[in-house]
Amino acid sequence: MLKTEQAASLPAAQAETTPSRRHSGEWWIEQIIRGAGLSTIFIIGLIFLFLLREGLPAFVRISPLNLLGVRWYPIEELYGLLPLLVGSLLVTVGAVVIAVPLGLITAIYLGEIAPLWQRELLKPLIEVLAGIPSIVLGFLGWVALAPLVQQAGAPTGLTAFTGALILAYMSLPTIISISEDALYAVPKEYRDASLAIGATEWQTIWRVVVPAARSGIVIATVLGIGRAIGETMAVMMVTGNAANIPSLATGMFFQPVRTMTATIAAEMGEVAQGSLHYQALFAIGIVLFLLTFAINSLASMLIGGGKQQRSSQL
Amino acid sequence: MHMDPNVSPIIAIEHLSFTFPDNTVALKDVTVDIAPNQVFVVFGPSRSGKSTLLRVLNRLSDLSEGAQRQGRVFFNGRDIFSPAVDVTELRRRLSMVFAIPTPLPGSIFDNLAYGLRMAGIRDAQTIERRITRALEQAALWDEVKDRLQSSAFALSGGQKQRLCLARSLAMEPDVILLDNPTSGLDPLSTATVEDSLIELKSRYTIIMVPHSVQQAARVADRAAFLMGGELIEAGTGRQMFANPKDRRTEDYVVGRFG
Ligand SMILES: Nc1ncnc2c1ncn2[C@@H]1O[C@H](COP(=O)(O)OP(=O)(O)OP(=O)(O)O)[C@@H](O)[C@H]1O
Ligand SMILES: [Mg+2]
Repeated sequence: MLKTEQAASLPAAQAETTPSRRHSGEWWIEQIIRGAGLSTIFIIGLIFLFLLREGLPAFVRISPLNLLGVRWYPIEELYGLLPLLVGSLLVTVGAVVIAVPLGLITAIYLGEIAPLWQRELLKPLIEVLAGIPSIVLGFLGWVALAPLVQQAGAPTGLTAFTGALILAYMSLPTIISISEDALYAVPKEYRDASLAIGATEWQTIWRVVVPAARSGIVIATVLGIGRAIGETMAVMMVTGNAANIPSLATGMFFQPVRTMTATIAAEMGEVAQGSLHYQALFAIGIVLFLLTFAINSLASMLIGGGKQQRSSQL
Repeated sequence: MHMDPNVSPIIAIEHLSFTFPDNTVALKDVTVDIAPNQVFVVFGPSRSGKSTLLRVLNRLSDLSEGAQRQGRVFFNGRDIFSPAVDVTELRRRLSMVFAIPTPLPGSIFDNLAYGLRMAGIRDAQTIERRITRALEQAALWDEVKDRLQSSAFALSGGQKQRLCLARSLAMEPDVILLDNPTSGLDPLSTATVEDSLIELKSRYTIIMVPHSVQQAARVADRAAFLMGGELIEAGTGRQMFANPKDRRTEDYVVGRFG
């Protein structure tokens, strides 16, 4: 302590001996931190390269027409990605449409309306919900939810809608707790200012508090979607696992589908390494990777935009 | 605590006590009448309950879950805590401005229109007229008339404070509650705000927590001295600052403590 202070305040000539010893210690620490940081980037790079090496040949060996086809049927060398894309899209969009409003409303209730005792009861419960292994939820969806969906009039219980419900349920804890933090972070003064000139509590929440928490709510939504897109097993269990493009006529959401992740998980075990089928599965991986990347970039653009706006306001 | 017997008080506070959920007693048995069209100053040392008193008057104190209140407050003869009272309407009649200026996210115009819109006023002309008038009354019109659509956060501290004052005035309330409205303002802005207050009292009743004893003496028609949640003394501005009856008021006014 004393030494560093002296080193800082004394002229260079006098401080000459101390810095080298101090610096060698710091040099090592710096190198270790740098190594750890770089290794993460390095590993991500490796993963991406591996993905490209295994998957890219598929784009050469399989004709574009085949890849863009509507049938995924590897035994007959039909590798149409569309049904899988549509499957993933339906399940994810469905989950977002269900989970975001529900999560936001729950967060508003918890943070702004619920009396203290309910808050103290519900918050730990939501954390428990977040801790349930997704496979358990998948199982629940299969035995409990699917029959209900079928009773409600769908041709089968295992549908895109069932998958969306399960996914929504999985992403709810994330959306709720992060939105609630964002709402909580809104300065109390905003609420006071709004109420003090005669706005109602509800007007205050809707017109002042929620807009002020906007960027946090966007983050919550994106992290929620992130969880939804990557989820595999639970969705595979409840979506019927049929690689068809659902027909518009009978309600897209209420037919069996198969997602990209589920396809990889289901077929990886049975393919020979290096075969065309194997490469096609990796090609799906590349598409997934790009999609996730696009969504994350979109999210950080949205959040960045919000932040910029805010800092320019303040 | 006597005043001109010919005017009936706009606000009558009777035996008001207020205890926060952590058992902090913020107000102890406060009784005082407030006459209309005056500047009524509530002053006293830090933590003496001034803000709490103002917040009780427009029932912002309702937000403190689990706090205890005894006593009654009458506004134009009606008990503000009776179940028949519409809190939102009450807060439109007794509008509050805080020590820290709190512009809401959005443009200057949006800030001013917010309360009106929330009160269900839709007519663009009415909104514009009331905003213009409020800005003039708050001595802000000349500075912002050309940039009503720009962000309220871009204003200076003093302008923000006057914006918040204008936001309350646009509601055309009966009473304006001002909790230290010139904290953090430079002397020039402070003088501007004080001048507009004195002009405003022909139309409004102003209840204000001052920034300093000097300010209290400058603007008060009547004043009340609070200490530890108790009302020590109330009287005309002249009497309170030139010739206080209670020893504690005198000590505080001449700056012996606080
Ligand atoms: N939300 C709250 N919860 C608990 N105690 C509070 C709360 N708000 C105020 N108090 C307490 O109530 C007492 C009175 O506070 P109040 O803010 O009314 O004082 P004040 O006179 O406005 O002080 P200042 O001049 O510092 O603004 C203080 O002891 C304070 O700590
Ligand atoms: Mg205060």
